[in-house]
Amino acid sequence: MRDLEQEAAESRRHGGAERFFMRFTREQRYMHAVLFTTFLGLAATGLPIRFSESIWARGLAKAVGGFGAILFFHKFFAVVLTLAFLIHVKEIFTRGILHRETGIFWGSTSMVANWKDAKDLFGHLRWMVGLGPKPKFGRYAYWEKFDYWAVFWGMIVIGFSGYAMWFAPFFAHFLPGWALNAVLVIHSEEGLLAILFIFSIHFVNTHLRPDSFPMDMVVFTGVESEEEFKHKRPLEYERLVRQGKLEARQAEAPQTWLVTFSRVVGTIAIVIGLTLLVLTLTAYFS
Amino acid sequence: MQWDRRDSVPKKETANPRFSRCDSYHCEFFRESIISKVRTQKNQATSKSSARVRNRQAGQVGRRPYLAEKEDGSMREAAQSGRFSIGSAPPRVRGWAQAFLRGSCWAVCLAALLAVASARLNAQTDCLACHGDASMQDASGHSIAVNGKTFAQSIHGSLKCNDCHADIKEYPHPEKLAPVDCKKCHADEAAGLVGSVHADSKEHPCTSCHGNAHTIFPKTDSRSAVYPLNIPRTCGACHSTDGMAKKHGLPSVYPAYMDSIHGFALSKEGLLVAANCQSCHGSHHILSHNNPLSSTYKTNIPKTCGSCHAKINDEYQMGIHGKAVAAGDLKAPVCTDCHTAHAILQPTEASFRMQSTPICGSCHQDKLSTYRDTFHSQLGSLGGYVETARCWDCHGAHDVLPASDPRSPINKANLVQTCGKCHQGANLSFVQYQPHANAHDRKLNPALYFVRLFMNILLIGTLTFFVLHTLLWLIRARYEQIKKKSTNGGKNA
Repeated sequence: MRDLEQEAAESRRHGGAERFFMRFTREQRYMHAVLFTTFLGLAATGLPIRFSESIWARGLAKAVGGFGAILFFHKFFAVVLTLAFLIHVKEIFTRGILHRETGIFWGSTSMVANWKDAKDLFGHLRWMVGLGPKPKFGRYAYWEKFDYWAVFWGMIVIGFSGYAMWFAPFFAHFLPGWALNAVLVIHSEEGLLAILFIFSIHFVNTHLRPDSFPMDMVVFTGVESEEEFKHKRPLEYERLVRQGKLEARQAEAPQTWLVTFSRVVGTIAIVIGLTLLVLTLTAYFS
Repeated sequence: MQWDRRDSVPKKETANPRFSRCDSYHCEFFRESIISKVRTQKNQATSKSSARVRNRQAGQVGRRPYLAEKEDGSMREAAQSGRFSIGSAPPRVRGWAQAFLRGSCWAVCLAALLAVASARLNAQTDCLACHGDASMQDASGHSIAVNGKTFAQSIHGSLKCNDCHADIKEYPHPEKLAPVDCKKCHADEAAGLVGSVHADSKEHPCTSCHGNAHTIFPKTDSRSAVYPLNIPRTCGACHSTDGMAKKHGLPSVYPAYMDSIHGFALSKEGLLVAANCQSCHGSHHILSHNNPLSSTYKTNIPKTCGSCHAKINDEYQMGIHGKAVAAGDLKAPVCTDCHTAHAILQPTEASFRMQSTPICGSCHQDKLSTYRDTFHSQLGSLGGYVETARCWDCHGAHDVLPASDPRSPINKANLVQTCGKCHQGANLSFVQYQPHANAHDRKLNPALYFVRLFMNILLIGTLTFFVLHTLLWLIRARYEQIKKKSTNGGKNA
């Protein structure tokens, strides 16, 4: 198991303090915090409704504040998440369109998928089965881009279908009758996909895989060690070295309280998520 | 109270103490209670007699020792011994009586005694002289006491004892008496009982419902066992968890009734018109619910409930269920199928709203399963959240009509109004929503079918790919980690 403090102490023993580099800005970390808090809330209040016939549904509904409260909290988290989503879209719009920041839509720092991601996916799969070398990943690997776009698409689909149910008489002005039936199917299936994906694939890919076990702290602290940076994102590291921008990204080592706090919050989130995953799977297959 | 009449009995005359007690009792009784006296003093308070007893203890012999006699219990013993005797020689003859007896001939005396005896048996007072003793028991230990005061107030208070206990002609009376035949006067009620579930008079004597035969009050009297507010308790004595009903395998209905809306109205509000057991089941001619003549036979239930709930019965008779039942379809629901018979709840109560949907679904299974797929059901089945639409919120409760009927709330012309009850601003497009859509039925709901199909493929496809991807990755990463550790102690894979 890897530990940032241990790592720092180790590198000091080897001579020369461990260097840390910025990966996520404060705003991005907060965005992730809002995202996972509201997502856990939405999952905890949505699953009992989706699987209302299950034994645990009533208990969970009670736990989140009773049957009357469950829909209120679901809507509350939805509104907060919607605001976060709009803030993010506004930022993309400002940076990408108004300020014409090229890195937003194009190039190695962009979230937009490109040909290299397709090649990386196949290269990675080949490496997994031992048929080739491990691909070198840039700032955002293909599975990270998939996570981003899955959430982006998910928020549009789930959000729209959710609001269509919430304000059904209003949406009925421009939606056909069958669409009112369809929005529930879309909302619940897409929600289920998001829950299953985040609590299994995202948890493992990002936090629980041997490279990051038990969790990747970078999204909480914003910084990662030089060694980790080099190992996980060699292409990005090489690019920064080549462009002479590496020093500008250097940051201070994360403070102990932040690491501890992040560990606690992260562990709680992962435990809640895995619990909900187990409940979902038991309900789905029973 | 420990005063013993034996003290006043000369020992030499007491061959058998029990006899002597009896003798002393009756002789003094006959001598002293020249019956008119007894009649005028019949209702003297016990306290007075106690006072007399105390006086006697102080050495003063009272005028009516037989009353004291009762209190020392020897009367009861005498009764138990079954050896009453009348006409034994007086144990202690006072001067004036001696003169009287000596002055009259024995025939006159006997005639007087006979007259006394027959007069006594015609009045309650005479019987109460013995049976008024609260502790009086028969040989088998059953109380044969009668509370004269209560009896006088009861509905039979004006009757003479042997109006009912007809086999008592004279005193002393036989120890074993024939059971009282209520039928003699209450012929109509007795006729009603014939063929009823309580027809067996040995198992269900009149007193099992009407209570102690000597304390029967009119049913309008709150002391009556069949006073409306007392009926559930009276019936519940048998028809509850531990009652006779259990022995006979009948359901325990008393607790269910008491927790019902009728039971609450009756027990909490004291509402005399609240339905009690006999409102639905009748009183004497109670028939099994399997009997087509019974008021609780399925097809008769709407009429029975309708005797109070007239308007609802009218609505019901107009609806599709009422018509089906009237046509003899026993599968169609009557009042009790949805509301239950005894545990009837307030329909607006959360628990009723929770339990009612499966009841409709027990017949309309296909509709229940499609309802389960909707948001109405999903949120609704979470327990106390009762605002979401249940079957009758849309279909109507009592006057359920097919959608083709223009009066039906789910008729196309009425949908905007029906949906609008909850969904303010519902318009024609909104009511296109299908509350029983089946996403698995391609013909009925094609658009929904393909939306569901697409979403399912998306879900299964994405997850299948990534689960495989991640599993392979995990295995490979762990392998790399172990390999590196073994070579250079590296930390990362």
